[in-house]
Amino acid sequence: MKRLTYLGCAALSVAVAGGVLYVHGVAPATLAMALALLLVPCWWCCSSFAGYGARRLPRRCPPLTRRPAAGPAAPQAGKPRLPDYLYRNRAAARQPSGQHSMEQRPIQFYYQGDIVRVQQQPPTRTVLQFLRDERHATGSKEGCAEGDCGACTVAVGELRHGKLVWRNVNACLMLLPALDGKALLTVEDVAALAPHGLHPVQRALVEQHGSQCGFCTPGFVMSLFALASQHPGAGRAEVIDALSGNLCRCTGYRPIIDAGVAACAAPPCLPDPEPIAAALHTMSEAPALDYRAGGARLRSPRTLAELAELYAAVPEARLLAGGTDLGLWVTKQLHELPELIALAHVDELKTIEHDPEWLRIGAAVTLTDAFAALVAEYPELAELARRFASPPIRNAATLAGNVANGSPIGDSMPALIALGARLRLHRLGAERELALEDFYLGYQHNALASGEFVRAVLVPRRRPSNAAPFIRAYKASKRYEQDIATVFLALAITRDDSDVVQDARLALGGMAAVPSRAPQAEAALIGRPWNAVAVEAAMNELQHDFSPLSDLRGRADHRQRLARRLLWRAWLDSQGMTPLQLDELEPIALPAPEETL
Amino acid sequence: MSTPPPPAHDHVGLPYAHDSARLHVTGRARYTDDLPELPGTLHAALGCAEVAHGRLSALDLDTVRQLPGVRAVLTAADLCHGTSCGPIEPDDPILCAGEVSFFGQPLFAVAADSVEIARRAVRLAWAEYETQPAHLDIASARAAADYVLPPVEMQRGDAAAALQQAPHRLQGQLSVGGQEHFYLEGQVSYAVPRDDGGLQLYCSTQHPSEMQQLVAEALGLPAHAVTVECRRIGGGFGGKETQSAQWACLAALLAQRTGRPVKLRLDRDVDIAVTGKRHDFAYDYDAGFDDSGRLHGLELTLAARCGHSADLSGPVNDRALFHVDNAYYLDAVTLHNLRLRTHTVSNTAFRGFGGPQGMFAIESVLDDIARTLQCDPLVVRRANFYGAAPRDTTHYGMTVADNVLPELVDQLERDSHYPERRHAIAAFNAASPVLKRGLALTPVKFGIAFTATHYNQAGALAHVYLDGSVLVSHGGIEMGQGLHIKVQQVVAEELGLPLERVRIGATDTAKVPNTSASAASSSADLNGQAARQAAGAIRTRLAALFAVLYGCHAATVEFKGGQVCSGEHRLDFSELVTLAYRRRLPLWEAGFYRTPKIHYDADTRQGRPFYYFAYGAAVSEVAVDTLSGATRLLAVDILHDVGRSLNPAIDRGQIEGGFVQGMGWLTSEELCWQPDGRLATHAPSTYKIPTAYDVPEHFTVTLFDNANIEEGLHHSKAVGEPPLMLALSVFFAIRDALGYCAAPGQRVPLAAPATPQAVLDALDAIGYRPGA
Repeated sequence: MKRLTYLGCAALSVAVAGGVLYVHGVAPATLAMALALLLVPCWWCCSSFAGYGARRLPRRCPPLTRRPAAGPAAPQAGKPRLPDYLYRNRAAARQPSGQHSMEQRPIQFYYQGDIVRVQQQPPTRTVLQFLRDERHATGSKEGCAEGDCGACTVAVGELRHGKLVWRNVNACLMLLPALDGKALLTVEDVAALAPHGLHPVQRALVEQHGSQCGFCTPGFVMSLFALASQHPGAGRAEVIDALSGNLCRCTGYRPIIDAGVAACAAPPCLPDPEPIAAALHTMSEAPALDYRAGGARLRSPRTLAELAELYAAVPEARLLAGGTDLGLWVTKQLHELPELIALAHVDELKTIEHDPEWLRIGAAVTLTDAFAALVAEYPELAELARRFASPPIRNAATLAGNVANGSPIGDSMPALIALGARLRLHRLGAERELALEDFYLGYQHNALASGEFVRAVLVPRRRPSNAAPFIRAYKASKRYEQDIATVFLALAITRDDSDVVQDARLALGGMAAVPSRAPQAEAALIGRPWNAVAVEAAMNELQHDFSPLSDLRGRADHRQRLARRLLWRAWLDSQGMTPLQLDELEPIALPAPEETL
Repeated sequence: MSTPPPPAHDHVGLPYAHDSARLHVTGRARYTDDLPELPGTLHAALGCAEVAHGRLSALDLDTVRQLPGVRAVLTAADLCHGTSCGPIEPDDPILCAGEVSFFGQPLFAVAADSVEIARRAVRLAWAEYETQPAHLDIASARAAADYVLPPVEMQRGDAAAALQQAPHRLQGQLSVGGQEHFYLEGQVSYAVPRDDGGLQLYCSTQHPSEMQQLVAEALGLPAHAVTVECRRIGGGFGGKETQSAQWACLAALLAQRTGRPVKLRLDRDVDIAVTGKRHDFAYDYDAGFDDSGRLHGLELTLAARCGHSADLSGPVNDRALFHVDNAYYLDAVTLHNLRLRTHTVSNTAFRGFGGPQGMFAIESVLDDIARTLQCDPLVVRRANFYGAAPRDTTHYGMTVADNVLPELVDQLERDSHYPERRHAIAAFNAASPVLKRGLALTPVKFGIAFTATHYNQAGALAHVYLDGSVLVSHGGIEMGQGLHIKVQQVVAEELGLPLERVRIGATDTAKVPNTSASAASSSADLNGQAARQAAGAIRTRLAALFAVLYGCHAATVEFKGGQVCSGEHRLDFSELVTLAYRRRLPLWEAGFYRTPKIHYDADTRQGRPFYYFAYGAAVSEVAVDTLSGATRLLAVDILHDVGRSLNPAIDRGQIEGGFVQGMGWLTSEELCWQPDGRLATHAPSTYKIPTAYDVPEHFTVTLFDNANIEEGLHHSKAVGEPPLMLALSVFFAIRDALGYCAAPGQRVPLAAPATPQAVLDALDAIGYRPGA
């Protein structure tokens, strides 16, 4: 029986919201209460990228409440002080001087016709803070500061195979250094692209009455802009997928969806790529970034060897990949992050390689690209890919980051474990491999040594169809889109010609402190014919494999019930029962809908 | 299907876009946090309690004060004047004075040089508590008989006798959850001290006049020294009616203390933790009925979780009681209403204001009756509709004068092909063990007016400038509902001007005083009328001048297309305005409106609290996955009564948006508290409002052809709240789908919200094993 040990999570789960202090009482939180927090969570725990490479999340941040050294009312020794960068008017005077390395340079990115050079902003400054506070470009809004509402959505331009590609991301989570060498486009900027000051997306939203209070609207504009730029002619289903990271509380979405379809039918309206591409090219010739401001430092190595050397030398640094988790450390937990190492520019980490045996997904590959490769290999994972977070998150976050974070509710790992994925770890030129399920030692506690990091996620290539296992990935969550699974079940069942189970890999999320296999349920299947009796036997074993907790996503008994039923679904699915999935259903065939309003 | 009559007007009835639509889509629309900050602006943050109930025995803020960049720290001891920001009862402390009554209650506030310093500073505090037992839910508060307001009884006839004599009798228990507003723009106030000792406050609020009054009390200033301005808010839904007051007061107090502008903007997690929500309710019912399903007697207890203070719980519960009938005549009825105190945040207004919770109860009872009688719930609903006298009077004595629901429901049933779909669904379900479809048609009858009669008043101010352009100020807040475009249309119509010649100004307490909240669906009814009165008075004066100028009768003077004419005589509006100016005639007017005919006796609980009723109905078809408990709305058809629509595009937006918001309340939106009283669902990562995926492609909205029998505003009807309750059709369609898993005559014990867990709980209670 697996026991949950969540003690390590208190710092993360005690969700202190920015600006509020929940002051601890004398009565210490009981263990039960602490445990109740555990799965609290935030899908960021799942799609996360920080901690990446760490043995364990450090308690770098101060506890929520600082207990005085002597007596409850005793003042702190010495005057409290925050990092220098928080005192903006003095920041310049406190810049380190005379110790600049050759690579030290400003962050630079293309914005509104110029290459912007940022020198004094701390590396943890978010793109949204930069836009609103420094540039007074207040069109992009803060709705949640955790990448869930989409009001801050902006587009980031990069050259991919020589072509300028715009992808939408959450400006509230993106740290300013992540823009280095890229182009930034906001709701104000797209308005200027078309005559009369309205981009086709904006015009469609006006014409379809797609805004009410208007606060979420800029984010919808940018998500639809990104969609229209990548998929002209997108239909209703694509529009809905593209909007899964944007919340609207007023309209009920119908007019926004209609506007999206209308805008995607219009001729594309994009910024002139030439000056931007030229600026991107110019910036690409800059040396690797070593950025220091206000006592914090971010380095962005270009090669694996540089990265390995650097991380071995500064193992306490935080690795920054997509930053969708690290951004939360900044916006929600107010962590200090004095040393950051960015992975985004390490060439060896940016590739997806198709070996005969393995799909090797580099640690800096975004979820968008990683899922595209995974789904091409395993179409069974299409729903997982679509329901994982949202496009703005998937465009920034990485698969390796999600995997390395190891949250109990990470939704990619069960599928990867079921497929038999392995991790390739790297430390100072030495590499080793580990089965993904062996990587997790406990809640946010993994097998990485100091200075070691995940180089790539290795997923077995699909076997020829006669040897292919039966693969499924089922997500059960409170909301269909952009939610974390209450329970996730992925399985790969290999049967011989007489339908006897040769191998069974069942992996579950939401059932324990880490994504885990179900050894007893697997044992109940292996060597037996694949039939309802065997599946029921395996269902009964699940309760011995897991002791889940109760939390806001579901009671413990509900989780057990879900795990059983998802396994039963797999059985029915293997027998070809339809319909089994809600999105297979259309409304009862109706006479042609009458004209509305 | 009905079509609106061809517009007899130039502006009223046309589907104009929202007045700020272009600003919204280009990011130029400014919200409070987008206003340029004045030099020296400080930023505030809150320090909050971490127990649900207890006495604050120590609060050490020395380290907070010593942090460089911190300019002021405010505690309850610093409040020299008003100490409460409660709207009705003085029981909402601006800062906790010692008795902590919910987890997250603000203990102190900090103003600092930046947001980051302020938010970090509050974490340096140390607090100790003597904790006391906390009541966190309805059951525990009920057991302790702890009330924020005394229990209320409401009755008509002899329910006990009717229950005894009824052919059938059914008892049951029900529950419905609360709801977080999740306005996209969080709470924010920006307070700027003025040179005369007064204060200018920019505030995201639905109720500027109340903000002005409470801030003035907190500062110890007369109201004339405080001005509150708001151009627009990024959503309200009731959550900024009273809940904006605490932040307005704290920003103002810190500004007064430091002499510098102070902005207090709550982070989303804080916002959700410290602001009130929709009341959750638990119900016990005892119903007597006959073979047709018609109710003979009903005894119903409505227990509401009010949170730690009264706030608006009195009127919210009153409206729940007023709407327990929904569309149905309740002959003999006794209602018991418990207004329970819990150690949670104080629940407040939310679109529908108790009405949805009242309707949820009766719709559940009728659904249970239908399942017991093994008939279609629509049959039972129809059997209970209001009808001819004596079945035309509500349990509070108001005549349902224009009961269009039978006709409206007939039309919707026909147009949505309800009977055919009912048969097709039964056939589908018989062959589908895992996925089950369900169908439900539910009606809505919603009373329009503030139930406190005196709130039903409004003022407006119309200025005509010499170029003939018109600036209108009124007391309503534009929160996305299209209020300003509707008022603009009404004024442009009144003065015969092109729409762009009329502008609606920011809402400002210096322009129109003593306004009511933008709430109760009434802001267009009230403010539109006041603006129309102001414009009408100017028109009358200008028409009289025109008559003098051309020797015609004033009654023959027309205002149209930017011109004024009578017979062959014609002047540009601006020319006439200039002539009026030269004759020293006033070119501005105030308008005032009070809703006629309404009255209510709070002692006897009888009267006519509502000016009129708005009606509607919806048919929802859902599918339920009996393995995972997931549900999906497949199709919805809505027929809704907005009277003669002022703007059908805006009204459709309100109907669709209200419906989807109501669907969230009844399906995916679940508030979860931890055992220590901390709200676990405090962000969009954990609190799940609907997304685009949840909205079906088949989503028809038709406006019912029905002029308001009351004059109202061009015979229109209010539209803000009523459509939210159309979403009851989604919940009862899910119940219906589960009904296909139940034995004949078996009820479906589904709790709301119908989360996957609640659905599987209901299936377990029924005893259904899918595909086993």
